[in-house]
Amino acid sequence: MKTIVIGVIGADVHAVGNKIIEYTLTNAGYNVVNIGVLSTQEDFINAAIETDASLILVSSLYGHGEIDCRGMREKCIEAGIGEILLYVGGNIVVGKQDFIQVKQTFMDMGFTRVYPPGTPIDNALKDIREDLGE
Amino acid sequence: MANFLLIDFGSTFTKLCAVNTEAEDIIDTASYFTTVDTDISVGYHEALKILYRKIGREIEFEQVIACSSAAGGLKMAAIGLVEELTVEAAKRVCLGAGAKVDLVFSHHINKSEIRQIIEKKIDIILLAGGADGGNSENVLFNARALGKAGIKIPIIFAGNKSAQDEVADIFEEYEMDGYICDNVMPKINVLNIESAREKIRQIFLDKIIEAKGIKSIEKDIDAVILPTPQAVLEASKLLSEGYLTEEGFGDLVVVDIGGATTDMYSICTPTKRSDVLLHGLEEPFAKRTVEGDLGVRYSAPGIIKSLSEQEIKFINMEKNVDIEKEVEKRYNDVKTLPENAHDEFIDQFLAEVCAYRAMYRHVGRIEEVFTPIGKVFNQTGKDLTDIKYVIGTGGVIINSKNQESILLRTTNILHSETELRPLEPTFMVDEKYIMAAMGLLSKKDPLLALKIMKKYIRTI
Repeated sequence: MKTIVIGVIGADVHAVGNKIIEYTLTNAGYNVVNIGVLSTQEDFINAAIETDASLILVSSLYGHGEIDCRGMREKCIEAGIGEILLYVGGNIVVGKQDFIQVKQTFMDMGFTRVYPPGTPIDNALKDIREDLGE
Repeated sequence: MANFLLIDFGSTFTKLCAVNTEAEDIIDTASYFTTVDTDISVGYHEALKILYRKIGREIEFEQVIACSSAAGGLKMAAIGLVEELTVEAAKRVCLGAGAKVDLVFSHHINKSEIRQIIEKKIDIILLAGGADGGNSENVLFNARALGKAGIKIPIIFAGNKSAQDEVADIFEEYEMDGYICDNVMPKINVLNIESAREKIRQIFLDKIIEAKGIKSIEKDIDAVILPTPQAVLEASKLLSEGYLTEEGFGDLVVVDIGGATTDMYSICTPTKRSDVLLHGLEEPFAKRTVEGDLGVRYSAPGIIKSLSEQEIKFINMEKNVDIEKEVEKRYNDVKTLPENAHDEFIDQFLAEVCAYRAMYRHVGRIEEVFTPIGKVFNQTGKDLTDIKYVIGTGGVIINSKNQESILLRTTNILHSETELRPLEPTFMVDEKYIMAAMGLLSKKDPLLALKIMKKYIRTI
């Protein structure tokens, strides 16, 4: 069974979507490690190392995603899990910015998949299956 | 009429406590120097003679049981994967088992780390790493590295369950003294103490006390059953929780300042508040931390090291002493007892620093986080603000002329906004130095142990 680490990054306490993601991915047959809200980059990375996770799925709902996620890929590389899949989704930037540009920003930061606001987790599930080769 | 004799073989003193079960009281106590370097039974029999003299006659004991921290106590190395997770979990298990954690390693261990395990004469290695079903590679690497290096001391594997079989094979392949137990961190941030702690205790009793020359005492007494710090932890827990109809004290902290270490115990849940978010590895209800660099004799130089140059100058100026010289004197002659008011003053000062620093490292922290939906509190570690009692034990505190001033240092005297130190606890002292003995007794007769503690641990 493949392991996915999920959580909400930064000073962000939006817990509802986090629970829905946990529910959906668990039902889909994944071992979900939910580190919850107010999580730091290090919390995600540490959990991924200990659980030998294949994917880290970061949620950010309060607009500060870009600041909170910066440097995360580099830290993964330093921690020896440089190849891990990194997804991010939610309201990851403030206001109504052009999503194509937002997506590019996060891809440049080393994220594998970037989702716009309001994406149902089922859409992401298709990508997860594909990326994890299932 | 039944009498129990409870013994604590300490690093410096062998302490005896005789209890009568019918009178539900202590008959008397006595102590003599620990003689583990030559023959541990010599010191025991001397102490026993003193005890008989105090009682006025020789008495029979139904049971004679002991705990021990003699010959360096139980020295362990905790090895895990990630520092904040399995390394921390492994460390907490060792501390909960009454060990001194001399070495702590994370990720792949290297040759110099293995050398340290040998040089520091570690008694037991606790090898953890990986949540269940998680990372196996690291523990397999480490088990093999220890095997290749020819490590023959007991190794407890308490990591990823999926790696158990392979680790067991490695233990066999290299003819290691290996043991398998449940994972100390089966899931992220979940702490699982029991299985590994019990294994540590068993190995301590089966092998370590023999290697240290303590086992030979079992020809004179019934058994050594616990490492001393675990006995104190058991006593603290009993005193807090109560037993059957006998009520306990509720949430409490015990501080034990010795010559070589300062031990801090807290018995309470991590928080009682509903408006905080707990962060990090789960905290044990009965938590022990031990500071190997804080003590008033062997470890007095550690106190100096923890101070900045300016702080030292300030102390020397304000107290009109040469603190570095005083510390050196105590380090060079660890059996020094205070001879005059000046010596007492220095010991008092050192104990106060130990109490302050040890609590600084034991206590949890809280942080206000401003989020778009308002202010939230983020807590790591244990919240001790509501603790009802802070109890002092150990020679330095018991013999101090100003006990309160030492215990006060565990509270929030500097008005820190982040440290969750006790706010307004009642201060108590284990005047008769019986907590370890009562931890032992609690294994035989918890109700009696509790009654005696409630009688002799007094408010100051």
